[in-house]
Amino acid sequence: MDTASQVPLLSMQGIDKSFGGVPALTGASLEVAPAEVMALIGQNGAGKSTMIKILNGAVASDGGAITFAGAPWTANSPQAAQRGGISTIFQEINLIAFRSVTENIYLGREIKSRFGFLDWRAMHEGARGLLARFDVFVDVREPLMNFSTAIRQMVAIARAVSFEARLVIMDEPTSSLDEAEVQILFQTIRQLKAQGVAVVFVSHKLDELYAVCDRVTIMRDGRTVAVANMADMGKLQLVAAMLGRDLAEIRKAGSTAFGEGGQAIGGELLATSGLAVGRRVQSADIAVRSGEIVGLAGLLGSGRSETARAVFGAEPHRAGEVRFAGRKADFASPREAIAAGLGFCTEDRKIDGIVPEMSVRENMTLALLPALARSGIVDEARQAEIVKRFITEIGIKCSSPEQKIRELSGGNQQKVLLARWLCMDPKLLILDEPTRGIDVGAKAEIQRLIRSFAERGLGVLMISSELEEIVEGADRVFVLREGRTVEEFDKDQISESALMNAMAHGGDADATSPKGAAFV
Amino acid sequence: MTSIATFRGATREFRFPQGLGVVLLLLALVAFGGWRYEGFLGSYNVLSVLRYSSMFALVSLGMCFVIMTGGIDLSVGSVAALGSVVSAMLSPYGLLPGLAGGLLVGAAAGAINGLIITRLKILPFIATLAVMLAASGTALLLAGNQSVSVSYETAFMTLGQGDLLAPLRPEWIDAEDANWFAGPLGLLFGFPTPAWIALAAYVLGAIVMRWRAFGRHVLAVGGGEEAALLMGLPVGRTVFIVYLISGSLAGLAGVILAAQFGAGQPVEGAGWELFAIASVVVGGTLLTGGKGSIVATLAGSLLLGLIYTILNFENGMGWISLSAYWQSVVRGAFLLVVVIVQASFMKNTKS
Repeated sequence: MDTASQVPLLSMQGIDKSFGGVPALTGASLEVAPAEVMALIGQNGAGKSTMIKILNGAVASDGGAITFAGAPWTANSPQAAQRGGISTIFQEINLIAFRSVTENIYLGREIKSRFGFLDWRAMHEGARGLLARFDVFVDVREPLMNFSTAIRQMVAIARAVSFEARLVIMDEPTSSLDEAEVQILFQTIRQLKAQGVAVVFVSHKLDELYAVCDRVTIMRDGRTVAVANMADMGKLQLVAAMLGRDLAEIRKAGSTAFGEGGQAIGGELLATSGLAVGRRVQSADIAVRSGEIVGLAGLLGSGRSETARAVFGAEPHRAGEVRFAGRKADFASPREAIAAGLGFCTEDRKIDGIVPEMSVRENMTLALLPALARSGIVDEARQAEIVKRFITEIGIKCSSPEQKIRELSGGNQQKVLLARWLCMDPKLLILDEPTRGIDVGAKAEIQRLIRSFAERGLGVLMISSELEEIVEGADRVFVLREGRTVEEFDKDQISESALMNAMAHGGDADATSPKGAAFV
Repeated sequence: MTSIATFRGATREFRFPQGLGVVLLLLALVAFGGWRYEGFLGSYNVLSVLRYSSMFALVSLGMCFVIMTGGIDLSVGSVAALGSVVSAMLSPYGLLPGLAGGLLVGAAAGAINGLIITRLKILPFIATLAVMLAASGTALLLAGNQSVSVSYETAFMTLGQGDLLAPLRPEWIDAEDANWFAGPLGLLFGFPTPAWIALAAYVLGAIVMRWRAFGRHVLAVGGGEEAALLMGLPVGRTVFIVYLISGSLAGLAGVILAAQFGAGQPVEGAGWELFAIASVVVGGTLLTGGKGSIVATLAGSLLLGLIYTILNFENGMGWISLSAYWQSVVRGAFLLVVVIVQASFMKNTKS
């Protein structure tokens, strides 16, 4: 079917949006034909979510034109969008788990008999009928919480369809589904398509796109960079477009500040084998030696953070083994991991890391407190000395150790967090996106710091979405793809193209033809 | 599409109906009391327990609505006290002015709670705490720091002390008959007016919960406010109305308080909010909202009242002598046990 030649159902052109002066979208566009499944992909911060929010009325655009079904689109709330024919199914399914399937479908526009009393029989029947369209047969009186995520998603879709939606947006619908459930969802999407409903499908899992999508729209840095038929686009091309790399011109330019490492790498510090965590991670094998910076690469959703969290004891693993410093080390809690000599700088320092109202001193020594305290009383002299030493050594710019950390710049906050772990004298430090959201200068400083501590024997496991950072910073790289370690690169094998190739289809039996294309 | 898969979710199996446990426990306690104490099931005792419990039952009903949305209303006790003062002051003008005055002042307090919570986005705990203090102060100011006598000239007192159907009672039925079995009709004709009021409120409440969109919205808001908003439900209006209901029922309880004891009581009502919360929780309603039962709340409130009665009877037997303080300790311990048992039940049925 040549969908592109039809009159589009939805057309978004020249969409601009900025948040607090920071542009999120600049002239972005999206077109969807009737009964078409359109993939929308891009790295974090590419603008996909903003695009979706503008479309479903959650935020207003600063400029641009949107037409839907031949008329200007003016929805100013998700509810209005729903009434107008665009329904969104969010990543975390927005339904009410305690309530029955029927209620979740009919809440807000209940069927009433005379005198405004609820007509339960009609609603139950309606719910059954809607779900039957997707071959789902369940007891609709049961609370939603009794059903699997896939069924819940189907209920969300049934609700969307019952609003006579002509376009359904699915924001990472498969992120919490298992393989069989994903197949169910795909079937539902195909049924929607057969019923004339168009779908915008957001996912980070490339195989899925080939399985259900007709076309793909790729976004980067707030712009629409490519629109293509799914079948014409190889996985590697997708990844290159997402990351903004010209395949032919990938060079190793020295634009990061890690410098050359690789000297004085010691014995094995950490090794995992067959690690399986939650739903995301199936079999992660990674290893770190002391004095070595190991990069953990992979697309979003490939299970990097989950693997790191499991090593640190912050999440239980269901299979596999972690060895640390030569011994089996299945840490049951971060507390145990810290005691054994691990440190973990989390990805989102606003949520997991800093305590904004506390001072630099307090934030820095939070993890060290148990070691500083004797029978519950903190040795303040030692605390002050340690804080002073790290402020100078790491170069934290603050007016005094008592300054509140929220007043510091992002880079300096990150340095305080690094210091928090470094002052505990760890053997292994896990860094999850250590330079995200930090300006260029501070970024270089932090990269130099990481290298200098590694040279003193610290083992570093670094997760980063910035390929440059991994290529230039890491002595060794493990690539995760869909929860599995698919490739390991030594220092001299690391290059952006090799990494991208592994991230896109490492582990595929036949790496040239995209898996799942046969489903289309 | 050739292969059409069929999915089966959880099949409907027998599940312990929510709130059945507390009803069974209530019946068991009634049976125990009847077996152990003479006169426990006599109509005199049953009717006076019902008469006294009706105020608490009303307050608990309002609290149940509030808690189902995931909120809390700490002001119910002092709003009831304020209601009792206002209705006592209006009682010389007749039954209706007294009743309307108490109800309206309760509704006003509830509306203030609702507005603070929905418009100013203040947490329910804080908002209702403030209204609790304000209502208590207002009651003391109006009453001049003493109880306000109720007029004996008007019919106002029948709201607390009367028996609704008593005028219809045939001669041959003895209302004071102490034997339950001899006088079920005596029980009917002797059924206290405040208990009728509470019963009517509960029946109405249960119907609203089951058969009106508003009732489902209450549970939806408590089950996930964000989701309810995205579904286009009138979240603000729903939350406002539950506080309005809670305040009105507290005011009504205040009317009954004044009518029952012959005086508006500005310092009564302290701790009622905790009793109400306890009744709701014992009835299996989740404090986080989204799940709850009106019937079980009634059972919970009667259950807590019953324990009090049983302790009194136990004292009367002369075996032990528990002071009022010890009674509180026993009730607290009982509450804890019920909640723990319930929590383990929930876990079992979930897995």
